[in-house]
Amino acid sequence: MNKEGKKKIWSDYQKEIADDHFFYVRSCIRQSFFPGSEQFFLNLMRNVLKKDVYENPAHTTCTGIGYHSDIVPSATIMTVIARHFALMKEAGYKNIAISCVTSFGLYTEILETWKHFPSELAKTREYLYKATGREFDIPENLAHTSDIIYKFRDEIAARAKVLLVNKETGEPLNIVEHIGCHYAKMFPKSGIGGAEFPHVLSGMIDAWGGKVIDYPERRHCCGFGFRQYLVQANRGYSVANTAKKFSSMKPFKPDLVLTNCPGCSMFMDRWQYTIKEMEGLTYGVNGESVPVLTYEELAGLVLGFNPWDLGIQYHMVQSEPLLRKLGIEFDPGDKFKTKDGHQMPLPQNLINV
Amino acid sequence: MSRFGFTITKARFIDYESNDRRISEYISEMEPSFLRCIECGCCSATCTAAGFTKFSLRELNILIKRGENKEINKTIRKCMLCGKCTLVCPRGVNTRNVITLAKEAYQKAENHAV
Repeated sequence: MNKEGKKKIWSDYQKEIADDHFFYVRSCIRQSFFPGSEQFFLNLMRNVLKKDVYENPAHTTCTGIGYHSDIVPSATIMTVIARHFALMKEAGYKNIAISCVTSFGLYTEILETWKHFPSELAKTREYLYKATGREFDIPENLAHTSDIIYKFRDEIAARAKVLLVNKETGEPLNIVEHIGCHYAKMFPKSGIGGAEFPHVLSGMIDAWGGKVIDYPERRHCCGFGFRQYLVQANRGYSVANTAKKFSSMKPFKPDLVLTNCPGCSMFMDRWQYTIKEMEGLTYGVNGESVPVLTYEELAGLVLGFNPWDLGIQYHMVQSEPLLRKLGIEFDPGDKFKTKDGHQMPLPQNLINV
Repeated sequence: MSRFGFTITKARFIDYESNDRRISEYISEMEPSFLRCIECGCCSATCTAAGFTKFSLRELNILIKRGENKEINKTIRKCMLCGKCTLVCPRGVNTRNVITLAKEAYQKAENHAV
Protein backbone atom coordinates (compact mmCIF):
# COMPACT_ATOMS: atom_id res chain seq x y z
CA MET A 1 0.00 0.00 0.00
CA ASN A 2 1.29 3.47 -0.83
CA LYS A 3 1.93 6.09 1.86
CA GLU A 4 -1.08 8.23 0.94
CA GLY A 5 -3.39 5.24 1.36
CA LYS A 6 -1.90 4.45 4.76
CA LYS A 7 -2.27 8.08 5.86
CA LYS A 8 -5.91 8.10 4.81
CA ILE A 9 -6.67 4.93 6.74
CA TRP A 10 -4.79 6.21 9.80
CA SER A 11 -6.81 9.44 9.71
CA ASP A 12 -9.93 7.34 10.35
CA TYR A 13 -8.37 6.24 13.64
CA GLN A 14 -7.89 9.77 15.00
CA LYS A 15 -10.19 11.65 17.32
CA GLU A 16 -10.73 15.33 17.88
CA ILE A 17 -9.27 16.68 21.11
CA ALA A 18 -10.02 20.20 22.30
CA ASP A 19 -7.09 22.61 22.60
CA ASP A 20 -8.09 24.65 25.65
CA HIS A 21 -10.81 25.40 28.25
CA PHE A 22 -11.40 22.06 29.93
CA PHE A 23 -13.87 21.09 32.66
CA TYR A 24 -11.87 18.54 34.67
CA VAL A 25 -13.45 15.55 36.43
CA ARG A 26 -11.37 13.47 38.84
CA SER A 27 -11.16 9.71 39.39
CA CYS A 28 -12.12 7.98 42.68
CA ILE A 29 -9.20 5.53 42.50
CA ARG A 30 -6.57 7.94 41.27
CA GLN A 31 -7.20 10.62 43.89
CA SER A 32 -7.08 7.95 46.61
CA PHE A 33 -4.16 5.75 45.56
CA PHE A 34 -1.81 8.02 43.60
CA PRO A 35 -3.14 11.57 44.01
CA GLY A 36 0.06 13.13 42.68
CA SER A 37 -0.97 12.25 39.12
CA GLU A 38 -4.11 14.38 39.08
CA GLN A 39 -2.37 17.17 40.96
CA PHE A 40 0.44 17.17 38.41
CA PHE A 41 -2.01 17.16 35.48
CA LEU A 42 -3.52 20.42 36.76
CA ASN A 43 -0.06 21.87 37.39
CA LEU A 44 1.13 20.87 33.91
CA MET A 45 -1.91 22.23 32.13
CA ARG A 46 -2.20 25.48 34.06
CA ASN A 47 1.40 26.42 34.77
CA VAL A 48 3.47 24.73 32.04
CA LEU A 49 1.17 24.60 29.02
CA LYS A 50 -0.83 27.69 30.16
CA LYS A 51 -4.24 26.15 29.52
CA ASP A 52 -7.52 26.92 31.21
CA VAL A 53 -8.70 23.95 33.31
CA TYR A 54 -11.64 24.34 35.65
CA GLU A 55 -12.45 21.98 38.49
CA ASN A 56 -15.65 22.04 40.53
CA PRO A 57 -15.52 20.58 44.08
CA ALA A 58 -19.23 19.70 43.76
CA HIS A 59 -18.32 17.00 41.23
CA THR A 60 -19.00 13.48 42.57
CA THR A 61 -18.19 9.91 41.61
CA CYS A 62 -19.58 8.83 38.24
CA THR A 63 -20.87 5.68 40.05
CA GLY A 64 -18.85 3.50 37.65
CA ILE A 65 -17.83 0.98 40.30
CA GLY A 66 -21.43 0.72 41.50
CA TYR A 67 -22.59 0.35 37.88
CA HIS A 68 -20.20 -2.49 37.07
CA SER A 69 -21.12 -4.31 40.27
CA ASP A 70 -24.86 -4.13 39.41
CA ILE A 71 -25.67 -1.95 42.40
CA VAL A 72 -26.57 1.38 40.78
CA PRO A 73 -29.35 1.34 38.15
CA SER A 74 -28.65 2.96 34.79
CA ALA A 75 -31.31 5.70 35.17
CA THR A 76 -29.50 6.88 38.33
CA ILE A 77 -26.12 6.78 36.60
CA MET A 78 -27.40 8.80 33.66
CA THR A 79 -28.80 11.41 36.05
CA VAL A 80 -25.51 11.61 37.99
CA ILE A 81 -23.58 12.09 34.75
CA ALA A 82 -26.16 14.64 33.59
CA ARG A 83 -25.52 16.55 36.84
CA HIS A 84 -21.81 16.69 35.96
CA PHE A 85 -22.74 18.11 32.56
CA ALA A 86 -24.97 20.63 34.34
CA LEU A 87 -22.04 21.73 36.54
CA MET A 88 -20.00 22.15 33.37
CA LYS A 89 -22.73 24.23 31.73
CA GLU A 90 -23.07 26.44 34.81
CA ALA A 91 -19.31 27.10 34.75
CA GLY A 92 -19.47 27.97 31.04
CA TYR A 93 -17.36 25.08 29.70
CA LYS A 94 -18.02 22.84 26.71
CA ASN A 95 -15.00 20.49 26.73
CA ILE A 96 -14.85 17.78 29.35
CA ALA A 97 -11.52 16.22 30.43
CA ILE A 98 -11.98 12.91 32.25
CA SER A 99 -9.27 11.53 34.51
CA CYS A 100 -10.60 7.98 34.85
CA VAL A 101 -10.92 5.36 32.12
CA THR A 102 -13.94 3.75 33.81
CA SER A 103 -15.66 7.14 33.88
CA PHE A 104 -14.55 7.80 30.30
CA GLY A 105 -16.16 4.51 29.21
CA LEU A 106 -19.31 5.31 31.12
CA TYR A 107 -19.62 8.87 29.75
CA THR A 108 -19.07 7.51 26.23
CA GLU A 109 -21.61 4.74 26.73
CA ILE A 110 -24.23 7.18 28.03
CA LEU A 111 -23.68 9.66 25.17
CA GLU A 112 -24.08 6.77 22.71
CA THR A 113 -27.25 5.64 24.52
CA TRP A 114 -28.73 9.13 24.32
CA LYS A 115 -27.82 9.31 20.62
CA HIS A 116 -29.65 6.09 19.79
CA PHE A 117 -32.47 6.45 22.34
CA PRO A 118 -33.47 10.15 22.58
CA SER A 119 -36.30 9.14 24.93
CA GLU A 120 -33.65 8.19 27.54
CA LEU A 121 -32.11 11.64 27.18
CA ALA A 122 -35.51 13.29 27.65
CA LYS A 123 -36.17 11.16 30.75
CA THR A 124 -32.75 12.03 32.21
CA ARG A 125 -33.36 15.75 31.64
CA GLU A 126 -36.65 15.40 33.51
CA TYR A 127 -35.11 13.40 36.42
CA LEU A 128 -32.30 15.92 36.85
CA TYR A 129 -34.60 18.91 36.72
CA LYS A 130 -37.03 17.40 39.23
CA ALA A 131 -34.22 16.39 41.60
CA THR A 132 -31.97 19.46 41.41
CA GLY A 133 -33.59 22.12 39.23
CA ARG A 134 -30.56 21.90 36.91
CA GLU A 135 -30.35 21.73 33.12
CA PHE A 136 -27.47 20.50 30.99
CA ASP A 137 -25.95 20.46 27.51
CA ILE A 138 -24.15 17.60 25.78
CA PRO A 139 -20.38 18.39 25.78
CA GLU A 140 -18.90 19.53 22.50
CA ASN A 141 -15.70 17.60 23.13
CA LEU A 142 -15.07 14.61 25.37
CA ALA A 143 -11.45 13.59 25.99
CA HIS A 144 -9.60 11.40 28.43
CA THR A 145 -6.71 13.22 30.11
CA SER A 146 -4.26 10.83 28.40
CA ASP A 147 -5.67 12.10 25.07
CA ILE A 148 -4.81 15.64 26.16
CA ILE A 149 -1.25 14.74 27.20
CA TYR A 150 -0.93 12.85 23.88
CA LYS A 151 -2.04 16.00 22.03
CA PHE A 152 0.64 18.06 23.78
CA ARG A 153 3.33 15.33 23.75
CA ASP A 154 5.58 17.20 21.35
CA GLU A 155 5.38 20.38 23.42
CA ILE A 156 6.37 18.32 26.46
CA ALA A 157 9.21 16.74 24.45
CA ALA A 158 10.42 20.22 23.47
CA ARG A 159 10.67 21.15 27.18
CA ALA A 160 12.13 17.74 28.22
CA LYS A 161 14.97 17.69 30.71
CA VAL A 162 15.16 13.88 30.82
CA LEU A 163 14.62 11.52 27.88
CA LEU A 164 13.50 7.90 28.30
CA VAL A 165 17.00 6.60 27.68
CA ASN A 166 19.24 4.50 29.90
CA LYS A 167 21.92 6.95 30.95
CA GLU A 168 24.60 4.26 31.32
CA THR A 169 24.10 2.40 28.05
CA GLY A 170 22.59 5.19 25.92
CA GLU A 171 19.87 2.76 24.78
CA PRO A 172 16.16 3.69 24.87
CA LEU A 173 14.26 2.19 27.81
CA ASN A 174 12.05 -0.84 27.10
CA ILE A 175 8.57 0.39 27.94
CA VAL A 176 5.35 -1.59 28.05
CA GLU A 177 2.26 0.48 27.28
CA HIS A 178 -1.05 -0.76 28.62
CA ILE A 179 -4.35 0.81 27.56
CA GLY A 180 -7.41 0.47 29.78
CA CYS A 181 -10.09 -1.74 28.20
CA HIS A 182 -12.82 0.90 28.70
CA TYR A 183 -10.70 3.48 26.87
CA ALA A 184 -10.88 2.01 23.38
CA LYS A 185 -12.29 -1.51 23.43
CA MET A 186 -15.93 -0.55 24.06
CA PHE A 187 -16.14 2.35 21.57
CA PRO A 188 -13.04 2.21 19.34
CA LYS A 189 -13.86 5.58 17.75
CA SER A 190 -13.37 7.24 21.15
CA GLY A 191 -9.70 6.26 21.42
CA ILE A 192 -6.68 7.42 19.43
CA GLY A 193 -5.83 4.52 17.11
CA GLY A 194 -9.08 2.74 17.93
CA ALA A 195 -9.11 -0.70 19.53
CA GLU A 196 -6.72 -2.17 16.96
CA PHE A 197 -3.80 0.27 17.11
CA PRO A 198 -4.09 2.31 20.32
CA HIS A 199 -1.49 5.04 19.96
CA VAL A 200 -2.22 7.22 22.95
CA LEU A 201 0.57 5.88 25.18
CA SER A 202 2.93 4.54 22.53
CA GLY A 203 2.83 8.02 20.94
CA MET A 204 4.04 9.55 24.21
CA ILE A 205 6.80 6.94 24.60
CA ASP A 206 8.00 7.50 21.02
CA ALA A 207 7.96 11.29 21.45
CA TRP A 208 9.91 11.14 24.70
CA GLY A 209 12.66 8.80 23.47
CA GLY A 210 11.63 5.37 24.79
CA LYS A 211 11.13 2.08 22.96
CA VAL A 212 7.69 0.45 22.97
CA ILE A 213 7.71 -3.29 23.63
CA ASP A 214 5.38 -5.44 21.55
CA TYR A 215 4.68 -8.69 23.38
CA PRO A 216 2.11 -11.47 22.87
CA GLU A 217 -0.35 -10.47 25.62
CA ARG A 218 -0.09 -6.72 24.96
CA ARG A 219 -3.85 -6.21 24.68
CA HIS A 220 -4.82 -8.60 27.48
CA CYS A 221 -6.87 -7.17 30.36
CA CYS A 222 -4.84 -6.28 33.48
CA GLY A 223 -7.35 -8.03 35.74
CA PHE A 224 -9.21 -4.92 36.90
CA GLY A 225 -12.48 -6.27 35.41
CA PHE A 226 -14.80 -5.46 38.31
CA ARG A 227 -16.39 -8.87 38.76
CA GLN A 228 -12.94 -10.43 39.07
CA TYR A 229 -11.97 -8.56 42.20
CA LEU A 230 -15.07 -7.28 43.99
CA VAL A 231 -15.49 -10.59 45.85
CA GLN A 232 -12.30 -11.57 47.69
CA ALA A 233 -12.54 -15.28 46.87
CA ASN A 234 -12.66 -14.46 43.13
CA ARG A 235 -9.50 -12.35 43.11
CA GLY A 236 -7.47 -15.31 41.86
CA TYR A 237 -8.95 -14.56 38.43
CA SER A 238 -7.79 -10.96 38.60
CA VAL A 239 -4.25 -11.79 39.69
CA ALA A 240 -4.09 -14.54 37.02
CA ASN A 241 -4.59 -11.86 34.34
CA THR A 242 -1.69 -9.80 35.65
CA ALA A 243 0.50 -12.92 35.99
CA LYS A 244 -0.25 -13.87 32.37
CA LYS A 245 0.63 -10.41 31.08
CA PHE A 246 3.81 -10.11 33.08
CA SER A 247 5.10 -13.60 32.16
CA SER A 248 4.47 -12.71 28.52
CA MET A 249 6.41 -9.41 28.74
CA LYS A 250 9.27 -10.71 30.94
CA PRO A 251 11.48 -12.00 28.07
CA PHE A 252 11.51 -8.46 26.62
CA LYS A 253 13.14 -7.10 29.82
CA PRO A 254 10.70 -4.26 30.55
CA ASP A 255 12.03 -1.24 32.47
CA LEU A 256 8.63 0.32 33.00
CA VAL A 257 4.91 -0.21 32.47
CA LEU A 258 2.95 2.88 31.41
CA THR A 259 -0.84 2.86 31.85
CA ASN A 260 -3.73 5.25 31.30
CA CYS A 261 -6.33 3.54 33.49
CA PRO A 262 -6.55 3.87 37.29
CA GLY A 263 -7.38 0.18 37.71
CA CYS A 264 -4.53 -1.00 35.49
CA SER A 265 -2.03 1.19 37.37
CA MET A 266 -3.26 -0.12 40.69
CA PHE A 267 -3.61 -3.82 39.89
CA MET A 268 -0.49 -4.27 37.77
CA ASP A 269 1.40 -2.62 40.62
CA ARG A 270 -0.23 -4.28 43.66
CA TRP A 271 -0.54 -7.72 42.09
CA GLN A 272 3.22 -7.81 41.48
CA TYR A 273 3.58 -7.65 45.27
CA THR A 274 0.93 -10.37 45.70
CA ILE A 275 2.52 -12.68 43.11
CA LYS A 276 5.91 -12.16 44.73
CA GLU A 277 4.48 -13.05 48.15
CA MET A 278 2.54 -16.06 46.86
CA GLU A 279 4.96 -17.60 44.38
CA GLY A 280 8.20 -15.65 44.75
CA LEU A 281 8.08 -14.50 41.11
CA THR A 282 9.34 -11.15 39.82
CA TYR A 283 9.22 -9.90 36.24
CA GLY A 284 11.89 -7.24 35.84
CA VAL A 285 15.63 -7.57 35.25
CA ASN A 286 17.95 -8.64 38.10
CA GLY A 287 15.06 -10.06 40.14
CA GLU A 288 13.42 -6.65 40.46
CA SER A 289 9.76 -5.89 39.89
CA VAL A 290 8.63 -3.54 37.11
CA PRO A 291 7.50 -0.03 38.13
CA VAL A 292 4.02 0.88 36.86
CA LEU A 293 3.57 4.60 36.25
CA THR A 294 0.80 6.84 35.01
CA TYR A 295 1.28 9.07 31.94
CA GLU A 296 1.26 12.19 34.17
CA GLU A 297 4.02 10.76 36.36
CA LEU A 298 6.10 9.92 33.30
CA ALA A 299 5.48 13.36 31.79
CA GLY A 300 6.58 14.90 35.11
CA LEU A 301 9.80 12.89 35.14
CA VAL A 302 10.49 13.88 31.52
CA LEU A 303 9.96 17.55 32.42
CA GLY A 304 12.41 17.24 35.32
CA PHE A 305 10.00 17.52 38.26
CA ASN A 306 10.96 16.09 41.66
CA PRO A 307 9.80 12.42 41.59
CA TRP A 308 8.51 12.65 45.18
CA ASP A 309 6.35 15.68 44.25
CA LEU A 310 4.81 13.55 41.50
CA GLY A 311 3.91 10.92 44.09
CA ILE A 312 5.60 7.96 42.39
CA GLN A 313 6.56 6.64 45.85
CA TYR A 314 2.90 5.81 46.53
CA HIS A 315 3.02 2.76 44.28
CA MET A 316 3.84 -0.64 45.76
CA VAL A 317 6.69 -1.20 43.30
CA GLN A 318 9.20 1.57 43.93
CA SER A 319 10.87 3.39 41.04
CA GLU A 320 14.42 3.93 42.34
CA PRO A 321 15.99 1.51 39.77
CA LEU A 322 14.16 3.39 37.00
CA LEU A 323 15.27 6.80 38.32
CA ARG A 324 18.89 5.60 38.38
CA LYS A 325 18.59 4.36 34.78
CA LEU A 326 17.20 7.75 33.73
CA GLY A 327 19.94 9.54 35.67
CA ILE A 328 17.42 11.44 37.81
CA GLU A 329 18.85 12.62 41.12
CA PHE A 330 16.69 12.13 44.20
CA ASP A 331 16.99 12.32 47.97
CA PRO A 332 15.76 9.05 49.56
CA GLY A 333 15.30 10.88 52.87
CA ASP A 334 12.62 13.17 51.40
CA LYS A 335 10.56 10.32 50.05
CA PHE A 336 7.85 10.25 52.70
CA LYS A 337 7.99 13.80 54.01
CA THR A 338 5.17 16.32 53.90
CA LYS A 339 5.63 19.60 52.03
CA ASP A 340 6.62 21.34 55.26
CA GLY A 341 9.26 18.70 56.01
CA HIS A 342 7.52 16.47 58.56
CA GLN A 343 8.29 12.74 58.36
CA MET A 344 5.22 10.65 57.57
CA PRO A 345 4.83 7.02 58.78
CA LEU A 346 6.83 4.70 56.52
CA PRO A 347 4.84 2.18 54.44
CA GLN A 348 5.61 -1.53 54.91
CA ASN A 349 6.57 -4.19 52.35
CA LEU A 350 7.49 -1.87 49.48
CA ILE A 351 9.19 -3.57 46.52
CA ASN A 352 12.42 -2.54 44.73
CA VAL A 353 13.66 -0.55 47.74
CA MET B 1 -5.25 -20.88 50.58
CA SER B 2 -2.78 -18.13 51.29
CA ARG B 3 -3.23 -15.35 53.82
CA PHE B 4 -4.68 -13.25 50.99
CA GLY B 5 -7.93 -15.24 51.01
CA PHE B 6 -7.43 -16.35 47.40
CA THR B 7 -4.79 -17.95 45.20
CA ILE B 8 -3.70 -17.32 41.62
CA THR B 9 -6.14 -19.07 39.30
CA LYS B 10 -4.17 -21.27 36.93
CA ALA B 11 -4.84 -20.59 33.27
CA ARG B 12 -6.08 -23.67 31.36
CA PHE B 13 -4.15 -23.36 28.15
CA ILE B 14 -1.59 -25.60 26.51
CA ASP B 15 1.74 -23.86 26.15
CA TYR B 16 3.54 -25.81 23.44
CA GLU B 17 6.50 -23.43 23.63
CA SER B 18 7.34 -24.17 27.24
CA ASN B 19 6.01 -27.77 27.51
CA ASP B 20 8.56 -30.60 27.56
CA ARG B 21 8.02 -32.69 24.42
CA ARG B 22 11.02 -34.98 24.96
CA ILE B 23 8.97 -38.01 26.07
CA SER B 24 6.63 -37.66 23.10
CA GLU B 25 9.53 -37.34 20.67
CA TYR B 26 11.33 -40.36 22.22
CA ILE B 27 8.23 -42.59 21.89
CA SER B 28 7.49 -41.43 18.34
CA GLU B 29 11.04 -42.22 17.28
CA MET B 30 11.14 -45.67 18.91
CA GLU B 31 7.53 -46.63 18.10
CA PRO B 32 6.35 -44.65 15.01
CA SER B 33 2.88 -46.25 15.19
CA PHE B 34 2.28 -43.87 18.17
CA LEU B 35 1.79 -41.08 15.61
CA ARG B 36 -1.11 -42.99 14.01
CA CYS B 37 -3.24 -42.72 17.18
CA ILE B 38 -6.48 -40.77 16.53
CA GLU B 39 -7.53 -40.74 20.21
CA CYS B 40 -10.67 -42.77 19.42
CA GLY B 41 -10.69 -44.28 22.91
CA CYS B 42 -11.08 -47.99 22.01
CA CYS B 43 -8.04 -48.70 24.21
CA SER B 44 -9.63 -47.01 27.23
CA ALA B 45 -12.97 -48.75 26.61
CA THR B 46 -11.44 -52.21 26.87
CA CYS B 47 -8.79 -51.41 29.48
CA THR B 48 -8.85 -53.78 32.50
CA ALA B 49 -7.04 -51.29 34.73
CA ALA B 50 -9.59 -48.59 33.84
CA GLY B 51 -12.29 -50.82 35.31
CA PHE B 52 -10.71 -50.53 38.75
CA THR B 53 -8.86 -47.20 38.70
CA LYS B 54 -9.08 -43.78 37.07
CA PHE B 55 -6.81 -44.72 34.19
CA SER B 56 -7.23 -43.78 30.54
CA LEU B 57 -4.63 -44.63 27.91
CA ARG B 58 -6.37 -42.23 25.53
CA GLU B 59 -5.94 -39.36 27.98
CA LEU B 60 -2.35 -40.43 28.61
CA ASN B 61 -1.52 -40.36 24.88
CA ILE B 62 -2.95 -36.86 24.58
CA LEU B 63 -1.02 -35.59 27.61
CA ILE B 64 2.24 -37.11 26.32
CA LYS B 65 1.76 -35.50 22.89
CA ARG B 66 1.07 -32.12 24.50
CA GLY B 67 4.15 -32.43 26.69
CA GLU B 68 2.09 -32.29 29.88
CA ASN B 69 4.25 -34.86 31.64
CA LYS B 70 3.65 -34.12 35.32
CA GLU B 71 1.08 -36.84 35.99
CA ILE B 72 2.44 -39.44 33.55
CA ASN B 73 4.71 -41.35 35.91
CA LYS B 74 2.06 -41.83 38.57
CA THR B 75 -0.68 -42.74 36.09
CA ILE B 76 1.31 -45.09 33.92
CA ARG B 77 1.98 -47.50 36.82
CA LYS B 78 -1.68 -48.45 36.80
CA CYS B 79 -1.26 -50.29 33.46
CA MET B 80 -0.95 -54.08 33.90
CA LEU B 81 0.39 -54.59 30.36
CA CYS B 82 -2.39 -57.11 29.54
CA GLY B 83 -2.41 -55.94 25.90
CA LYS B 84 -6.19 -55.78 25.26
CA CYS B 85 -5.75 -52.24 23.99
CA THR B 86 -3.32 -53.44 21.32
CA LEU B 87 -5.85 -56.04 20.14
CA VAL B 88 -8.67 -53.51 19.67
CA CYS B 89 -6.73 -50.57 18.28
CA PRO B 90 -8.23 -49.76 14.83
CA ARG B 91 -5.07 -47.92 13.79
CA GLY B 92 -2.67 -50.73 14.69
CA VAL B 93 -0.80 -48.76 17.33
CA ASN B 94 1.47 -50.94 19.43
CA THR B 95 0.02 -49.52 22.64
CA ARG B 96 1.87 -51.89 24.97
CA ASN B 97 5.14 -50.74 23.53
CA VAL B 98 4.00 -47.11 23.90
CA ILE B 99 3.47 -47.74 27.63
CA THR B 100 6.83 -49.41 28.17
CA LEU B 101 8.60 -46.72 26.16
CA ALA B 102 6.82 -44.00 28.12
CA LYS B 103 8.04 -45.55 31.40
CA GLU B 104 11.54 -45.81 29.99
CA ALA B 105 11.47 -42.25 28.61
CA TYR B 106 10.16 -40.83 31.87
CA GLN B 107 13.05 -42.37 33.82
CA LYS B 108 15.55 -41.17 31.21
CA ALA B 109 14.01 -37.68 31.28
CA GLU B 110 14.43 -37.58 35.05
CA ASN B 111 18.10 -38.47 34.58
CA HIS B 112 18.39 -35.97 31.69
CA ALA B 113 19.27 -38.86 29.36
CA VAL B 114 16.56 -38.28 26.71
